[in-house]
Amino acid sequence: MSRAAAKAAPPEAAHRRELLRQMLLIRTFEDKCVELYSAGEIRGFVHLYIGEEAVAVGVNEALTADDNVVSTYREHGHALARGIPADAVMGEMLGKTTGCSRGRGGSMHLFDVSRRFYGGNAIVGGGLPLSIGVALADKLRGDQRVTACFFGDGAVAEGEFHECMNLAALWDLPVLFCCENNLYAMGTALERAQAQTDLALRAESYGMAAWPVDGMDVAAVERAARSAVEAIRAGGGPHFLELRTYRFRAHSMYDPELYRDKAEVEEWKKRDPIDLLSAGMRDSGELTDDDFQAMNDDLTREIDTAIAAARKAPAEPVENLTRFVYSPESS
Amino acid sequence: MAEFRMPVLGADMDEGTVLEWLVKPGDVVRKGDVIAVIDTEKSAIEVESFSAGTIDKLVVGTGETVPVGTVLAVIAEPEGERAEPAAAARKARRPRAPARAERPALVPAPRPVSPVIRHRAHELGIDLAAVHGTGQAGAITRADVEHAASELHPATARQPTAGAPKPPRSRRKPAPRGGRLRVTPLARRLAGELGVELAGVTGTGPEGAIREADVRLARAAGEAATAAAAAAPAARSAADRTQSMRQAIARLMARSKREIPHYYVSNTADMTRAMSWLHDRNRELEVSQRLVPAALLLKATALAARRVPQLNGYWTDDAFQPAEAVHLGVAISLRGGGLLTPAIHDAADLDLAELMARMRDLVTRARSGRLRGSELTDGTITVTNLGDQGVESVAGVIYPPQVALVGFGRITERPVAIGGLVGARPVVVTTLAADHRATDGYTGARYLTVLSDLLQRPEEL
Amino acid sequence: MTSAEMVKTTYREAMRAAIREAMQRDDRVFLMGEDVGRYGGCFAVSMGLLEEFGPERIRDTPLSESAFVGAGIGAAMAGMRPIVEIMTVNFSLLALDQIMNNAATLLHMSGGQCNVPLVIRMTTGAGRQVAAQHSHSLEGWYTHIPGIRVLAPATLADARGMLWTALQNPDPVLIFEHGSLYNMQGTLPAGAGAVDIRSAAVRREGTDVSLITYGGTLGTTLAAADALAGDGIDAEVIDLRSLRPLDDQTIVGSVAKTHRAVIVDEGWRTGSLAAEVSARIMEQAFWDLDGPVERVCGAEVPMPYPRHLEQAALPQADVIAAAARQAVG
Repeated sequence: MSRAAAKAAPPEAAHRRELLRQMLLIRTFEDKCVELYSAGEIRGFVHLYIGEEAVAVGVNEALTADDNVVSTYREHGHALARGIPADAVMGEMLGKTTGCSRGRGGSMHLFDVSRRFYGGNAIVGGGLPLSIGVALADKLRGDQRVTACFFGDGAVAEGEFHECMNLAALWDLPVLFCCENNLYAMGTALERAQAQTDLALRAESYGMAAWPVDGMDVAAVERAARSAVEAIRAGGGPHFLELRTYRFRAHSMYDPELYRDKAEVEEWKKRDPIDLLSAGMRDSGELTDDDFQAMNDDLTREIDTAIAAARKAPAEPVENLTRFVYSPESS
Repeated sequence: MAEFRMPVLGADMDEGTVLEWLVKPGDVVRKGDVIAVIDTEKSAIEVESFSAGTIDKLVVGTGETVPVGTVLAVIAEPEGERAEPAAAARKARRPRAPARAERPALVPAPRPVSPVIRHRAHELGIDLAAVHGTGQAGAITRADVEHAASELHPATARQPTAGAPKPPRSRRKPAPRGGRLRVTPLARRLAGELGVELAGVTGTGPEGAIREADVRLARAAGEAATAAAAAAPAARSAADRTQSMRQAIARLMARSKREIPHYYVSNTADMTRAMSWLHDRNRELEVSQRLVPAALLLKATALAARRVPQLNGYWTDDAFQPAEAVHLGVAISLRGGGLLTPAIHDAADLDLAELMARMRDLVTRARSGRLRGSELTDGTITVTNLGDQGVESVAGVIYPPQVALVGFGRITERPVAIGGLVGARPVVVTTLAADHRATDGYTGARYLTVLSDLLQRPEEL
Repeated sequence: MTSAEMVKTTYREAMRAAIREAMQRDDRVFLMGEDVGRYGGCFAVSMGLLEEFGPERIRDTPLSESAFVGAGIGAAMAGMRPIVEIMTVNFSLLALDQIMNNAATLLHMSGGQCNVPLVIRMTTGAGRQVAAQHSHSLEGWYTHIPGIRVLAPATLADARGMLWTALQNPDPVLIFEHGSLYNMQGTLPAGAGAVDIRSAAVRREGTDVSLITYGGTLGTTLAAADALAGDGIDAEVIDLRSLRPLDDQTIVGSVAKTHRAVIVDEGWRTGSLAAEVSARIMEQAFWDLDGPVERVCGAEVPMPYPRHLEQAALPQADVIAAAARQAVG
């Protein structure tokens, strides 16, 4: 399902429907991942994006196919929003050669260079320097691209975050830093990790424009992202968005979530981004229950098809173990 | 019917325990409802149902630990509902086994036998192909080899090794240090190529290890003392071997004639008494034990050398070094041409039977290329006996650094005048080639006289 | 001046000429690192280049090893050919995560999609009494990592010629320049240019023992070979040049000829590159060995400050010669 770049905003209702569809796609995909992981078909670590869909979808609306995306290990949402087919992502989850990284990376290392999607990264904060470099390359060449870099509140503690904030501002690099603040770095709440928890303020101190955004409201995210991207393209230097969001599931499959109250989770679920948007659309008559159900059914079918295809797809033969360590012409 | 199975709750989880059921048969559940609490090694986790319906049966009770994938409960799915959840449930019901099981089984490669064990097997004369391995993946262990060896002993005295049947005191004797030989990989390979017997080589490496230089020295010493040339490393054919041997002989003989001022004396010894004694003696012996005349000649040569010690030893550093023992070098011609002169150690102390056995052994081994280095280098005086060839006398070339070469011709019947009467008697012409730096003609002549006298008293040989 | 005429130069000047040539020939090349611009380079390698190429392409960075090495990786991934200069291998530890978890692994994790044609240059080694935290030789550590290539230019020709070849390579290459070599003087043909980055070189032919080394200890090893010649021992000296991948063929060929080997490595002995070379000789040339492979390595101590202690901790010509005599027996 590729997404064409949009110069002018399409009629608003159709646009909202598209945003809803994308968020539902991610939700359905992630729900299926829960089942597949529990059944042992997906292995290793899986970090689910359930609850944070509005961030990936909203930010991506502000980007064109020519812009760059660097992400982190909680990246299924970013990959799907970017337009990497569900087949390719699911194939990667099952470790098959049809995966977007040929099955070599798994959940935390989705790559699609044709869509300028430069990977998840399993090291917290490990992608920030890469995003600086990609933006630097564009700047040196005079290419007018924006590089969106996704990371969490946990990354703010890493030294690399600070080095990169400084470097991006110092060199005036066209980077959109998207900090997905879901209030927890694995099991450590933000207020237990940071002396100053206003993350947008922290970024601003490095000399770049920064502001907080309601990450559960996809329209708000899109507005903020478009505004920031425009400013960057106009030469305004790097921008920082603190997207305040929440993950409804554990840090990864599974953790007993001993570090937060169920009540808190229930409270945030009341602001489920999918519910927020669909409720608004129902109220304005854009969306009926049947529409919604049909949308869900379509997407479930789509994901099920992707799962079936991934299950059938071939695994890389063991003889090929040491491929992709060096380039063929380099050896 | 949908099955609720023990889920994988973490990357390293293999089994879980049902801590608590939050539903009972008859309860209606929706997709996503938490229906059980599962305990893993790390923590207790609430687990949801992926199917909607009514709990039909709880299969695994609380407190039970089961592997991942085990059916924990059965859920009856509602009929007439949207196909969607049913389809999803059906798909959820068909989980694969964990990916681990799908990897192709790796067949372990047969393990090669380690060098240490191979060596032990060789020492004990064990064929590894016939040994049953009890080690990991069927590998052959030291114990397996020694067990095979112990089984072999009661059955037969002969080890299935290559070579002539030998008494146990053959070349498998242990290295002087009481352990096995220490040889560098290069030295071992070289020794094999050059045909050098390692047991006779002195090692100059750490803790007596035999190194390349030691092997080469042993080979060169063999060359210097004799005309022998072992097969050149690359030479495999008899023709090649002969050619390189001829070259070695050529070098040695040329050097001998160049450096040693030879003088020659000869004598004719009466063999009547010797031959008669031999004849009588042999009548009492088995055919295979019978003595040949050469045995008498060799023994006499050795004893005479003891009595005239100026002819038994080496000329080195411009002086004569007398040897303590008489190691009698015996010139052996090889089929296809070529000559070797291995030594019979302590020849003067051996009785005739022993002397003969040694000589036979030397001839056999010389002709099959299995002489020891020390045998080739230790001769103190050499005898050449071309009587078999029909030659009457031999004026030979001394093998440096020795100082004498004794030659015997054919034992023939000659007319001899004794007491004014002519009779026919067996005689042999004896010759001595000697190094004039070490001795002069007087000594040489005396030697031949002593030799002749010894041959007149064969019973004392 | 014809290209065949010989020019007097130093290792430093040769490296500078290499950078300049790369920048001139290929627009994608730029140099980035601490004090490479205004300061002229900590070891004066890039002196004058800022004036010639400007601040965009001779780019000073703040003291943020992780960020600017990662930026080099990202820029390479996006199509540039950066030369990242990490002042010394001692500071590279701050960027180890980027090097190991990104540079070395992106090609593989992406299933072959993301090449990282990056060159990282670092100064390495000890000998100037700069003590424990400034004297490491960690080339051996880096050779452990699949996905990168590691080079050690020890001669003027290699300082002049390895960089271009490394930049044209689609995979990340680390170039280690021993600090003691920058002032090394000699001559090069005026037209000297790119050299291969795959093979070891026989710097001195011999028959009695193979002395195998790389980088800063090449000179010391050659001095040892001269001393041995006086004793009638004819030593062959191998300069590894490429540390990952190693040129097994040259190493094994030499040992097959001489039957004895001594490996000289400034790094600490345990788990050293010398240990790897020794293992390969054992695996591939066992039947040619006339004695155990010897190693002369750095002493296992954080580098002490006083001169006599530092010198005792580093491989010296007399120790190398003694090891060779021991090997020859």
